[in-house]
Amino acid sequence: MVLSLNQRAAILSLALLVVGLLVWEFSIPAQKAATELTEYERLMGLGQERAGVPPPSQVFEKAWEQLSKPFYDAGPNDKGIGIQIGYSIYRVLTGYALAAAIAIPLGFLIGMSPVAYKALNPFIQVLRPISPLAWMPLALFVIQDSEASAIFVIFICSIWPMLLNTAFGVAGVRADWVNVARTHELGSLRTAFTVILPAAAPTIVTGMRISIGIAWLVIVAAEMLVGGTGIGYYVWNEWNNLDLTSVIFSILMIGVVGMILDAAFGVLQRAVAYVE
Amino acid sequence: MKPFLSIENLTQRFPDGQGGTMTVFENANFRVEKGEFVCILGHSGCGKSTIMNILAGLAEPTSGVVKMDGFEVSGPSLDRGVVFQNYSLLPWLSTLKNVTFAVKARFPDWSREKVHDHAVKYLDMVGLSGDVIHRKPSQLSGGMRQRVSIARAFANHPKLLLLDEPFGALDALTRGTIQDELLKIWSGTEQTVFMITHDIDEAILLADRILLMTNGPFARVAESVEITIPRPRVRTEIIEHPNFYAIRNHLVHFLGTRSRELAGQQGGERPNRPETVRIDKTDPADDPAEGAPVLRAVNH
Repeated sequence: MVLSLNQRAAILSLALLVVGLLVWEFSIPAQKAATELTEYERLMGLGQERAGVPPPSQVFEKAWEQLSKPFYDAGPNDKGIGIQIGYSIYRVLTGYALAAAIAIPLGFLIGMSPVAYKALNPFIQVLRPISPLAWMPLALFVIQDSEASAIFVIFICSIWPMLLNTAFGVAGVRADWVNVARTHELGSLRTAFTVILPAAAPTIVTGMRISIGIAWLVIVAAEMLVGGTGIGYYVWNEWNNLDLTSVIFSILMIGVVGMILDAAFGVLQRAVAYVE
Repeated sequence: MKPFLSIENLTQRFPDGQGGTMTVFENANFRVEKGEFVCILGHSGCGKSTIMNILAGLAEPTSGVVKMDGFEVSGPSLDRGVVFQNYSLLPWLSTLKNVTFAVKARFPDWSREKVHDHAVKYLDMVGLSGDVIHRKPSQLSGGMRQRVSIARAFANHPKLLLLDEPFGALDALTRGTIQDELLKIWSGTEQTVFMITHDIDEAILLADRILLMTNGPFARVAESVEITIPRPRVRTEIIEHPNFYAIRNHLVHFLGTRSRELAGQQGGERPNRPETVRIDKTDPADDPAEGAPVLRAVNH
């Protein structure tokens, strides 16, 4: 029987996963039961449970427990993983939507006008390499609200790839297509929406995809700083609780959500793609 | 009578990159009558495409004017349809949508069904119907893409149709088929066509008149050759016509040697007008005794 490429790849992935989990499971030294210890060992405190990296079986148990009731809310320090992720996604999407609302029109302007490009380029070049978290103290002082500051940090980190890609895509629209619009007497607004936007869409969506990836990376760090709610806060809180099982579980959840966000933009990217 | 399209003292200069200017052509004058099919032949670099872009309104001449129906041309307009060499179809739209896009721009008050039926009708005229019209341009062959482009231009009923080497990128067989289709569509209309080409046989098959350009810089529209072969013309039959080789030889001779010799000089202040050349071996008054082609030059 000949397996297709995808089938073979799936089998290999599964094998790697199983081997990895098994190595992890068996490389964790088992805790000795207190009854097997010598008196000296018991006096030295070795009978107490030692903190250690948990084996995957415990992580699965935790995941099952958390995912079976993701939206429970038992006070500020004990909320379900669904609620925490919900807060993070809400912050990411708010900051991201604000950034898109500014970056895409501004990118259009920069892409269509060489003067605007040259005038704004120095500012972009200085502001772009700033680590988004460096804005946090200033944001906290000016905005005076930790929630809004986190959103601002997402805004500032996701604006640059969208701005630059939009400008690049718009500036690179083939002159022939613009000439088609001109010979059909389309006004500037109709040209922008019916010719330039679809022509530049693949580049713009690539920028949006990069931005959402960065935003998801940054939200974890931002929430560790501002605290209160969100998946970043959850990771840090579980670290403070020395609950490594929960830490590992939430790390996995961060990866899964990031993958879903990226896949959503992948779908969008395929929808706007065209072959010349 | 006023001509339909009149090009008056058209001059185009570009900076030559060394602080000076390069004159592509100077004081070009020529006319196109309504319903005429005019081809312009010349070597690369003589400014054919520049003239085309000026006629389309996509470029501004350094000086001179283009008048259509007595009004000066400024900027692009739906009255002047353009078929570009590289088809210029919008790749994210289907074939049909590429045509309805243009029809909607031309007739904004038409209903959706009317726009659709009109587009389908013109696509059908170039031999595209059925599933093909829902494909994207990237799924079509070069010849089919150019057919779409021609359908798009004809569907808009422009007063003047500009064809910029429309068959330049096609193989010889496809080119022949589409030339025939172009003739078929055109013969049913009063469409005025101005076309750039490199291909002598194509020009003879299609045109009422061929404008010959000398080499650039300082190119001139030197001659206007009437094609004295009656329509309807069929590719396989026109070669039998007594005028075919006489005209063809004249054109080959012009492009081969005279285009260089006649190249303009700097500082030509007087307007350059093409000489009208009429070669007709079927006309008894012109019947040559020795069989050499007779050139009768008429200045106007």
